[in-house]
Amino acid sequence: MASKRKITLNRRDVVARIVKDRGDTLVVTGLGSATWDAAAAGDHPNNFYLWGGMGAAAVTGLGLARAQPDRRVIVLTGDGEMLMGIGALAAIAVAAPVNLAVCVIDNQHYGETGMQEAHTSHGVDLAGMAAAAGFANTATVWTKKDVKGALPLLYETKGPVFVDIKVTTDPVPMILPMRDGTAIRARFRESVLGDRAYD
Amino acid sequence: MATTRKKKTAAPTWPAEVFKTLKDADIAQVSYVPDAGHTALINTCLADNRIKTTRLTTEEEGVALSLGAWLGGERSALLMQSSGVGNCINMLSIIEETRSPLLMLVTMRGEWGEFNPWQIPMGQGTRKSLEDAGVIVYHVDHADDVAETIYAASQIAFNSYRAVAVLIGQRIIGFKDWRK
Repeated sequence: MASKRKITLNRRDVVARIVKDRGDTLVVTGLGSATWDAAAAGDHPNNFYLWGGMGAAAVTGLGLARAQPDRRVIVLTGDGEMLMGIGALAAIAVAAPVNLAVCVIDNQHYGETGMQEAHTSHGVDLAGMAAAAGFANTATVWTKKDVKGALPLLYETKGPVFVDIKVTTDPVPMILPMRDGTAIRARFRESVLGDRAYD
Repeated sequence: MATTRKKKTAAPTWPAEVFKTLKDADIAQVSYVPDAGHTALINTCLADNRIKTTRLTTEEEGVALSLGAWLGGERSALLMQSSGVGNCINMLSIIEETRSPLLMLVTMRGEWGEFNPWQIPMGQGTRKSLEDAGVIVYHVDHADDVAETIYAASQIAFNSYRAVAVLIGQRIIGFKDWRK
């Protein structure tokens, strides 16, 4: 449980590597650092950035995955954001969307509020919780090699998939995406739905 | 000793009318936290293989789920009891900030002949809480008005991209029989 294994992965390197293979994947990002990470990796109309609604990311991904069953949906979020909506693990596992992967960029801290320790600093095992809820496939990732190994899980393996990636708290530059929620929603829907976005 | 009185009624027809209304309004996803007042509607949705149902652990999940469904081009409805409204408040901000539709169907407790005093605070605060969070609120007190009000609410939600709640009065649900 409470592993003292050394953490070396940089969050920006991890997210950049993940989205490099995105193709037409739809990405929902949880408020805070995960949203900044996705922006740093390159803005994309198929990114839906949450700037609020802490705890919303995973279930937003669920609603999207059910509405777009032929598209892969990846949720990128932080460990604190996931913990606030932890019941989502049960809701997602029971709904069992085959096209949804939830990926937690887990630095074991609340990064936006001053780096206070999160429960993940004290042994809470998010991938274990997802597995116990009934996720089809789960993994915890510690190394660069494991990140590469997790890519098929995120993009191909039958979902719901849950991947927890342990990253350092090393400071990274602040890079912010667009923040007008109405504009983010409209751009995303137009990218996914075309003209039907404005019906 | 507390006494209760069971209101004698035939099986209500409004849940079936509401189900038809949801179909007429092109609702593709229904999410819910169970309530006794929603039992018939939930069961009908579960039995219909064209409506995607999602069992929630807390009502705020349904707010985020509705946003996700809308991002993917689907209309949804969120079913809950009035006590669940309190769980949704911060999450409602993502609906307002993204100007996305949300249709909430709320069965009321704590307002008409309530037996359980613990239901009163949230039941009495339901409308105010929703309105403070930017939600348009309709309240229905007669079974004959439920389906039509929900249809009207769905038009406001999906045609004007707003959060709308229909509060289904406890008078319609009837008294809970505490002797069972």
